Amino acid sequence: MIQEKIKLATTSLTQDEALAVYRDMILGRVFEDRCAQMYYQGKMFGFVHLYSGQEAVSSGVISQLGPLDYVSSTYRDHVHALSKGVPARAVMAELFGKATGCSRGRGGSMHLFSAEHRLLGGYAFVAEGIPVATGSAFKSKYLKEVLNDPHRTEVTACFFGDGASNNGAFFESMNMAALWKLPILFVCENNLWSIGMAHSRASSVHDIYKKALAFDIPGVQVDGMDVVAVHKVAKEAIERARAGEGPTLIEALTYRFRGHSLADPDELRDKEEKERWRKQDPIPKFQHFLYEQGMATELELKSIDREIEVAIDDAVQFALDSPEPPVDEIYRFIHAEDE
Amino acid sequence: MASRLFFEALRDAIVEEMDRDPNVFVLGEDVGHYGGSYKVTKDLHRKYGELRMLDTPIAEASFSGLAVGAAMCGLRPILEGMNMGFLLLAFSQIANNGGMLRYTSGGQFTVPMVVRGPGGVGRQLGAEHSQRLEAYFYAVPGLKIVAPSTPKEAKGLLKAAIRDNNTVLFFEHVLLYNLREDIPEDDDFIIPLGKANVLREGEDITIVSYSRMVHHCLQAVDSLVAEGYEPEVIDLRTLKPLDLETIGKSLKKTHRLLIVEEDYKTGGLGGEIIALIDEHYFDELDAPAVRLASKDIPTPYNGRMEAVTIPQPEDIIREAKKLMEA
Ligand SMILES: Cc1ncc(C[n+]2csc(CCOP(=O)(O)OP(=O)(O)O)c2C)c(N)n1
Ligand SMILES: [Mg+2]
Repeated sequence: MIQEKIKLATTSLTQDEALAVYRDMILGRVFEDRCAQMYYQGKMFGFVHLYSGQEAVSSGVISQLGPLDYVSSTYRDHVHALSKGVPARAVMAELFGKATGCSRGRGGSMHLFSAEHRLLGGYAFVAEGIPVATGSAFKSKYLKEVLNDPHRTEVTACFFGDGASNNGAFFESMNMAALWKLPILFVCENNLWSIGMAHSRASSVHDIYKKALAFDIPGVQVDGMDVVAVHKVAKEAIERARAGEGPTLIEALTYRFRGHSLADPDELRDKEEKERWRKQDPIPKFQHFLYEQGMATELELKSIDREIEVAIDDAVQFALDSPEPPVDEIYRFIHAEDE
Repeated sequence: MASRLFFEALRDAIVEEMDRDPNVFVLGEDVGHYGGSYKVTKDLHRKYGELRMLDTPIAEASFSGLAVGAAMCGLRPILEGMNMGFLLLAFSQIANNGGMLRYTSGGQFTVPMVVRGPGGVGRQLGAEHSQRLEAYFYAVPGLKIVAPSTPKEAKGLLKAAIRDNNTVLFFEHVLLYNLREDIPEDDDFIIPLGKANVLREGEDITIVSYSRMVHHCLQAVDSLVAEGYEPEVIDLRTLKPLDLETIGKSLKKTHRLLIVEEDYKTGGLGGEIIALIDEHYFDELDAPAVRLASKDIPTPYNGRMEAVTIPQPEDIIREAKKLMEA
């Protein structure tokens, strides 16, 4: 099977797609910046892990999924949820612990769920979502082959980090997905660090995409700061999955611009490294691309930016105004019988 | 005496025991360069090097198994669970090997390993980061389980746990790491495992607790004392083996028992203790023993719901009074 590094991508994006992707990336960035503010103002609690810097991965992959496709995420899940269409209001309200949140205030930042949007969850334990996503992919195959569903095959996109790729669940799930040719994308967001552990100190093989070789499935490494490249790689993997050709491992090289969580002092990553990656910011990079391709003017992008600012203001206001879940409902939802 | 924070007391214990015995080493996620998620092993990799302060990949099941193997062959691992909850992934290796392997090998191998780290309900960390695994592990034969309540306790008990030749699970509470206390400056300051601590003597009721809930009990006791009651308070320290004798001795005075625990009511320690009291001290009780535990729900993120999930001082006051007036 092909193990490849994707260098330069000729785009497969149409103008409409490109603008939707841009909007999604801005949504993710502005949402997360606002989260940081709200956290420091004491509006949200616990461990809050921001995604800033990695937007090209979420937007590049999820923008190509339909409403019937599935996404699974980690504790760094806000932006995957937004990309999958969970309203900013519902995500923000969840972070505020409100009844209107996408997990009704029970889950919090690390446990975002939306059955309606086929968001299988934020999973707080590292690698916990990988087997679960393998399960949704199994269901999609079952739907086709046992229940003879006539529609196109649903696809699952499973997101996790470099650190998770050293966990047994990653290998065990890839094996099963390859064995049964499940329609799934294993998207490893290699941001070089798992908390304070440098990837090079945690994995004997630094190129994660090469681990696909062991399961005889395609493994691709892509510049995760370039949404055009991510889009292209994901498109091929999605097509393969829908055609019944099985899983793909995508390693997206990326970087988080903030500490591991808002509680992390972020003392171990050196300044130079951070600055180098800052220069790779996927958003200005994509803006340039859009100008170059004549797909948008600065004015048009600015107006998208403004719309997003307004949407996030609205989400915060909504979260603030929303009620807390009633304490006497504390036992609600424990069992399947609870409505 | 030295004034130490809880996490510093743990570090002191580790340093003293590592200096004392070159076979003692630490492993876990981010224990080295990062210094541990709650700074317990901060900077120790500089002193002991990478192999004695071993940063592991995120592979709980396998690095726990690795620790077991190293322990079987003569080393004395201190395994840090970045959060003890994550060790659910290592349940098999801890239970099957840490707990049972000495027996299944007919006494040929021992697994002198300490498994320590933060747990309990913190501040809105969500269900998966708010686990109380002591009850999950309680039934496993061969394990010892410790849950300290103060820095001094933490130091003395951790040193005992490191010197113990069994697998000891050592549960630290996330909300206690910044507690401060004076600790004797003595390399051989040890608090033996298996002995409970009578924190306050009294005749009216026996309140048994451990870890963070001890502090909730003491807060409640202040109010009860102000109202003229004289409760006796016992900090279990070691949950397994349980110091039933100290509880029994207390019941001979008070004849009333209230257990306060942060784990779930169903399948929690309280139920076990009450069953043992029934077996051994039934005649001493003037009223049915009561347990105050967490509600049987995954810990909700919402702050108000979370607070209601665990026992609060006012709950302790209410239940204690009911019992004393029964
Ligand atoms: C099973 C488990 N072990 C440990 C942790 C603690 N932890 C949370 S995030 C993290 C690092 C994960 O790094 P990576 O997979 O690269 O994802 P990133 O945070 O970089 O997005 C660790 C060790 C956890 N949440 N779950
Ligand atoms: Mg990472």
